Amino acid sequence: MSSLSYLRRRAINGLMLVLSYGSALLGVAMLLLILLYTVGRGAAAINWDFFVRLPRPPGETGGGIANAIVGSFIVVGVASAMAIPVGIMAGIYLSEFGRGRFASVVRYFADVLNGIPSIVAGIVAYAIVVLPMHGFSAFSGGVALAILMLPIITRTSEELLKTVPGTIREAALALGIPQWKVTIFVVLRTALTGIITGVMLAVARVGGETAPLLFTAFNNSFLSLRLDQPISTMTVLIYNYASSPYRDWNEIAWGAAFVLIAIVLIVNVVSKLFTKTKYAL
Amino acid sequence: MAKKLVIEHLNAWFGAVQAIRDITIDIEENGVTAVIGPSGCGKTTFVRCLNRIHEVVDNAMVSGRVMLDGVDIYSKTSDPVLVRRRIGMVFQKPNPFPTMSIFENVAAGVKLNGVRRKDRIADTVERSLKSAALWEEVKDKLHKPATTLSGGQQQRLCIARTIAIEPEVVLMDEPASALDPISTARIEELIQQIKERYTIVIVTHNMQQAARVSDYTGFFLLGELIEFDRTSDIFTNPRDKRTEDYITGRFG
Ligand SMILES: Nc1ncnc2c1ncn2[C@@H]1O[C@H](COP(=O)(O)OP(=O)(O)O)[C@@H](O)[C@H]1O
Ligand SMILES: [Mg+2]
Repeated sequence: MSSLSYLRRRAINGLMLVLSYGSALLGVAMLLLILLYTVGRGAAAINWDFFVRLPRPPGETGGGIANAIVGSFIVVGVASAMAIPVGIMAGIYLSEFGRGRFASVVRYFADVLNGIPSIVAGIVAYAIVVLPMHGFSAFSGGVALAILMLPIITRTSEELLKTVPGTIREAALALGIPQWKVTIFVVLRTALTGIITGVMLAVARVGGETAPLLFTAFNNSFLSLRLDQPISTMTVLIYNYASSPYRDWNEIAWGAAFVLIAIVLIVNVVSKLFTKTKYAL
Repeated sequence: MAKKLVIEHLNAWFGAVQAIRDITIDIEENGVTAVIGPSGCGKTTFVRCLNRIHEVVDNAMVSGRVMLDGVDIYSKTSDPVLVRRRIGMVFQKPNPFPTMSIFENVAAGVKLNGVRRKDRIADTVERSLKSAALWEEVKDKLHKPATTLSGGQQQRLCIARTIAIEPEVVLMDEPASALDPISTARIEELIQQIKERYTIVIVTHNMQQAARVSDYTGFFLLGELIEFDRTSDIFTNPRDKRTEDYITGRFG
């Protein structure tokens, strides 16, 4: 090979390296920008009261977003209670028993559902829960988020269960363990750390949703623990307060954004730790 | 000696491909029966039919009879789960449960079959690991992941896991083929030690191994049983030309 083509190849190699490093750097920079900006703007609003007090009317200082933090946990909790068990069971069905046409249809629907815009999940929850119940409610918000979580959890569980080698299933069956126990206590257990990670990421993802909550969970200026009443959530609060004309409300929106990001980061880090346990597959 | 397994006209398929044809053979109780033959001749499929694990593969099919103590394990009323509790299996590649500790691996069979009492489970684990000649090496790290063991240790763990449920028959599919010579020797020693208590069927493509460990040997070729006899007769005085060719290394 001629040395000219070697030089040329080295030059292209160098150029490509710079380009790919640059792109990676850009990605990291965006994340850092978001983090720094949110911390910079939001940290000032954070103090003890911010977590335990209710919002004050514009013009009055102090107050907090306790209702929104509690509300977010309730709505996401309702969504998780519905979507996690159903999603994991659907994943088990697809991975362990899903051979025929019905399974392909379920898989296809899950993929389509995975791609629908989150606001559509909101409209559906509005139609099937808010209208019949004659009012906004924490429950309807949970349903909207569950619709978004379900396909993610289903498909992640399926994929992770499929990574469990067939030899493990056979080893368990050969011990005279009934099929359902093999599935739950051996196969599911083998994939569990991965599934927990997937579930946590799905939870973190829907925890940041706003659009589907606007006309389901709606809003509430007071602390509410009731599932049949409108409820405040951090994301909707951020949406309302950030777009309001009041400066102190804008500040509260930044503070809430900071809390939200912190929670999402914590969930991400914890789920990473989970995958690093010594028993991971 | 009594016949533990009586196999009559056994056929097995993967979809349209027939892997074994019309196998008829008796397995003696408390003996070691070796199954030898070149790769792809159906040895694995044959033993997998004996504990009804062949049928868990998609499109797999079986016909014929396998009588365990006189009762057909393929009869309509026979429950494969109960069959597998009586006929255990050690696979070619060590396959411990990766997310379980050494202890949990051995305990899995009894625990998931409903034994609750902690002391009974612990006894079973210790006894099985001792039988599998692994106890001394692992007794101080029972709660470490099974995957931290070497390949040879993992295979002995799988043997311990199998005998923990106290099967009557132990099927072994080339249990030493993935192991080094020292680990292989230990497994062979182990087979000698446990054979009084179990009926053993061992697949091997290593003829010295068959000669060393077994009382009876069956030679398979292209899915058919060519010859079955006492191991000493098969190796010193084979009746079929193809058996002779195989054991003298002329093919396979
Ligand atoms: N999962 C499978 N699907 C289809 N054919 C298979 C499968 N497993 C084995 N076979 C075929 O069945 C025949 C017997 O295989 P096997 O019992 O594994 O032989 P051996 O253990 O003697 O090497 C071979 O022809 C092999 O190609
Ligand atoms: Mg084989």
